[in-house]
This record gives sequence, structure tokens and C-alpha cells, in this order.
Amino acid sequence: MSSVTAPASQALEEPAAPAQRRWLLMTPAVGVLLLWMIVPLVMTLWFSFQRYNLLNPTVTGFAGLENYEFLVTDPDFWASLVNTLVLVGSVLVITVGLGTLLAVLFDQPFLGSGIARVLAISPFFVMPTVSALVWKNLMMHPIYGVLGALAHALGMPAVDWFADYPMFSVIVIVAWQWLPFALLILLTAIQSLDGEQKEAARMDGAGPIARFFFIILPHLGRAISVVVMMETIFLLTVFAEIFVTTSGGPGNATTNLAFLIYARALLQFDVGGGSAGGVVAIVLANIVAFFLVRSIARRLEV
Amino acid sequence: MATLALRNIRKSYLSFEVIKGINLDVADREFVVFVGPSGCGKSTLLRMIAGLEEITSGDLLIDGQRVNAIGPADRGLAMVFQSYALYPHMTVRQNMGFALRMARVPKQERERKVAEAARVLQLEPYLDRRPRELSGGQRQRVAIGRAIVRNPRVFLFDEPLSNLDAALRGQMRIELSRLHEALAATMVYVTHDQVEAMTMADKIVVLQSGRVEQVGSPLELYHRPANLFVAGFIGSPRMNLLPAQLGAEVGDGVMVELRGGERLMLPRPSGPVQPGQPVTLGIRPEALRPDPAGPLAGEVRMVERLGGLTLLHVGLANGQPLIVQIEGSDPTRAHTPIRLSIDAEACHLFDAEGQALPALHQHPLAA
Repeated sequence: MSSVTAPASQALEEPAAPAQRRWLLMTPAVGVLLLWMIVPLVMTLWFSFQRYNLLNPTVTGFAGLENYEFLVTDPDFWASLVNTLVLVGSVLVITVGLGTLLAVLFDQPFLGSGIARVLAISPFFVMPTVSALVWKNLMMHPIYGVLGALAHALGMPAVDWFADYPMFSVIVIVAWQWLPFALLILLTAIQSLDGEQKEAARMDGAGPIARFFFIILPHLGRAISVVVMMETIFLLTVFAEIFVTTSGGPGNATTNLAFLIYARALLQFDVGGGSAGGVVAIVLANIVAFFLVRSIARRLEV
Repeated sequence: MATLALRNIRKSYLSFEVIKGINLDVADREFVVFVGPSGCGKSTLLRMIAGLEEITSGDLLIDGQRVNAIGPADRGLAMVFQSYALYPHMTVRQNMGFALRMARVPKQERERKVAEAARVLQLEPYLDRRPRELSGGQRQRVAIGRAIVRNPRVFLFDEPLSNLDAALRGQMRIELSRLHEALAATMVYVTHDQVEAMTMADKIVVLQSGRVEQVGSPLELYHRPANLFVAGFIGSPRMNLLPAQLGAEVGDGVMVELRGGERLMLPRPSGPVQPGQPVTLGIRPEALRPDPAGPLAGEVRMVERLGGLTLLHVGLANGQPLIVQIEGSDPTRAHTPIRLSIDAEACHLFDAEGQALPALHQHPLAA
């Protein structure tokens, strides 16, 4: 916005400024935008209508809707859509639910709360591949993992998490990574709650639980919707955690849309099919973004 | 209906004592104002009565019953906060009915009580609005309505008018006094604004650093301040305080000598008088008059014309500043010499410790 309005307002102040100079000033911004977004988008669209498989370099040319037809008739695609929704939905529920409770907890003064806050937020600073590896090998591995050792200590058989509960395991890892984000935003929101409001509620006879539901939760509404929007945008594209732990398996149990596109284009070398998946992902993300942004914009007005 | 009694109430944070033993009785239907400079502990004291702060030691009695260990909701009190503390996501109706909802009062009765309070406060057109859609004065009334609906034994107000502009504050003062009369309720009100204290209170409690300096009716505090602090705090413009020395007794009077050598004859204090004793002479600005034959000589440094009144800022010959309050039509101009006379009956004497030396024959109070 600013790159567009700033030169325009300048022009208003100096009517003598020639139109060419305005274009000159706007060119870098427009150029970067073009290179950064429009070119890849157009290329993806273009490839999605091409016969373009690196295993068959001789088969080329316009494919029409063949790539799309192949995609929607592939059961893997629908499974990946469901997986994407399950992953996003579960992680949202866990991070927002747990994040709200933790935020209420961390809002209380207690000994060492500063250190505890830093520790609680630190998972966010671990890169996804590393945290996935840590969970895979140190926590969930049936032989070397902490959970396996715990099960042994209790005399129970160790669980092979990624083989038996693959989606659950991925959800746990991603939720662990995103919980600090939710906590951080919700905690700052809780801290902005007027202390006199809580005291007024106490005077009005609201106990801790009533205060949570009638005062704190409504106050957090806006922050929660921001968390949901930001997380949804990032969770639609979860890739590293799946790549490092399950590689989309077993079967297609943990293949989400992002991983499906990767597999199509770079494991099966079907660039055209992968691009078709990419276009579907773009459409999907935009639909989600449209509804989220609209609902949040309405909340922010209130 | 509801009386309040504080017996040697104390409050400490770790080893730091902020409320240092307060004894106070609030009678039924009394309007009591806690007043004092910021940091004097007046808000803390109110919050202790409300139950929002723990009482370190001493007893708090409501209707003769000790309530130290009873939670804020069960003391039967209602509080109006400085920031109003309205619940922003609830409508005015929900805000006012919240306490009843928490107490599981049936919906019909709740509606009836909210409607009744809204009628008293003229909030009926706004019942379905949210706090942000209301003006400051309306929010203030909602906060009061929230208190009224609970039908509390005692109303507590924590500087409720300090966020309003001057005109609205004057209007709300009158409304609060009217409400106090209409509800016939016991009210405790905290403010740092002495105008609010003087105009609304039946009884003013002047606090300073966690101690009660004086308790009394507004005019009692004005005309018979117990010490220098109260004398300086109550009254605007402030009382003039001049260092002086007692002289000889002459019949029912005593001679007082100012630093500059001026001698004044004042009514004799009731206690023993020692010639040479250092004292502070307190003179209200309205007890000074321009008078060509007056005993005090000085120069007018500045003139503040308020319309109905004029304030003269006078420097005495020894440099001591004085404020003189005279009629608005007075023609005295700045940078002219002036002589002042004193209404001896309206003077106050304070000993070296700042305690008042009450005159033998005291000024009668209006109330």
C-alpha cells in the first residue's frame, strides 16, 4: 500500500513532478513483487497445463486439464486433503486450548516465572527439522526414546509411535513447536487485561472459573483469532516435520498437500502433476485466508 | 442498616507498613470521604474494606460482625472503580446484571432490578449498548448502576470522578449526593480532590502516610484543623502559614510577633502560653483584607482575577509570600505596595510540632 500511496501523495504536493519519475520510483517495488510472486505463480500455472515429466522428457506439449483430472481421481490427493485438515485442526485445538491455560498460569506471579516463561517459549526457536529429529530419536524412538524407556520402566511394551500412530505423532511434534507462539500472544493479551476488571468481577461474586469464562476468555477472543489465522497459514504448509520423521508414510497416512506436491514433483519427477497440486493448494489457501481475514477483520472492528 | 467499624487496622507489605493503625466508625447512611495526597494509603484502605487486599492486623466490622476472613463478594459491599472497570464485551444490561447472574438470581428478578437501577440513573436508552459506545459520564453511571443493582450494605467509591472533565465532575458530584439521599445508603468515597470531599461528605477522614490526621465534618476541618497538615490540605487557595513567636498575654488575647517584627493581637489559646514559644500562624486567604492602616506591609506581586474573586499574591517585607482572596471588583494592581489587616478571630496557631493551639473561644460552625 505504502509504495503506491507515497509517490501519489508526493505528486500532490509537487504537481510539477513528471509522471515518468513517479513510474521510475515505483519500478523497484513493482519489479521485486513481479519477480518474487507473479513469475513463480504464472510458471506454476503454466506447468500445470503441460505434459512435463522428467522421466519422459520427450513427452511434452499442452496437456489441457489432464494433470488436474489425474490429480482429483487420485485417492492419495483426497487423503492428503483430509490429512492436511486433520493436522491443521488438531494442532490449532491443542495450541489454542493449552496455550490459553498456560497463559492464565504464566500470568500468575510465582517463583522463577521469568525463567519458566523463557523455557516455555524456547521450542519456537528450534528449527523444524531439528525438533522433528529430537522427537523422532530422543523422545518417540521405541528403543532409544524417553517414552519407550518410560514404558519399559512401567513394565509395558514400548510403542513404535511413527509406525502405529503416525498422524498423532506428527501432530504432537507440530503442536509442541507452535504452542509457544500461541502462549506468547495469549500471555501478552492476558497481561493487557485491566486488573480492575478482574477485581470488579471478584466483587460481583465471580469465582475463578466464572472469571475465566466471563472476563478472561472474551478478552482473549481477538488474540485467539489472530493466533488461529497466523497458525493456519503456516500449518497448511507443514513439510519439514513430515519429511524428517515419516516421509508421508506409512502409506499415505501422514501425507499432507505440501508433501504430496513435493512427492509428485521431486520423487516421481512429474512436474506437471506437482504444479497442478500446487495450484490447488494456492486456491485452498486463498479460500481459507479469505474467510479467516474476513472474520478477524470483523472482530477487530468490535 | 449498615455500619462500618475499623479497629486498629494495619497493612504491611513484607516489612513496609503502609496503613499504620486506623480506627474509624462509619455510621449508618453516612457519606464518608477519605482524602489525602497520593500515596497516603487511602485507596489501599478502601480496598482492604472491599476485601481486595488482605488486612495484616486489626478488625474490620460490618454491622458489628468481623469480616476480615470473608471474601469480597460476600461482604455485601459494592465498589465503583476509578477506571469504571466495565466488562467491555457485555452490554450495559449484562454489565449491571452480572453480579445477580453470578448469584443465580432468576432472570425476571434480574431484569426488574436492572430496569429499576437504569431508571434511577437515566440509563434506560443505553441498556443494549456496549461500554465503548458510551460517554465517560454514562460509563460512570453504568458503574454506579452495577453497584446499585446488588443492593449493597455499603457503597465504596475509588476516585470515581477523576477521569471526567471538570464540568461533568461538578454535575456527577451533585448526582452522587442526590443518589446518596435517594438510596439512604452508607457510602465510603476515596478522592484526592478536596472539593469533592468538602461538597459531598458528611464526614471527612484526612489521611497522610497511612495515618488518620483528622476526622470531622467538612466545616470542622476547615475552621478547626487539628494540625498543620490538615490546615494546608483543606482549603483552596491554601492557608497562609507564617513562622512567628508568641509574646505576652493581654487579657483574653495574646501578642504574636512575625519574623519581620510585625505584632498582632490574637485570641488567646486555651492551653498554657509561654512567651518566646515558636509557633506557626495560619491565616486563610479570605481572612486578609487590604487596609491602609493594617499591620502587614508588602507588595502585590501578581493578581489573579477569577471574576467573582480576585487572588492577590503578596510578598511581605521579609520576603514571605501571602495569598489574599478579595472581591472580584477590587482595583488593586500588580507591583503596587499594599497594607493588609487580619481578621484575628479567623487565625490559627500551631505549635512547633504542628499541632493546633485551639483558641479559647472558638468560631461557631455553620453545621
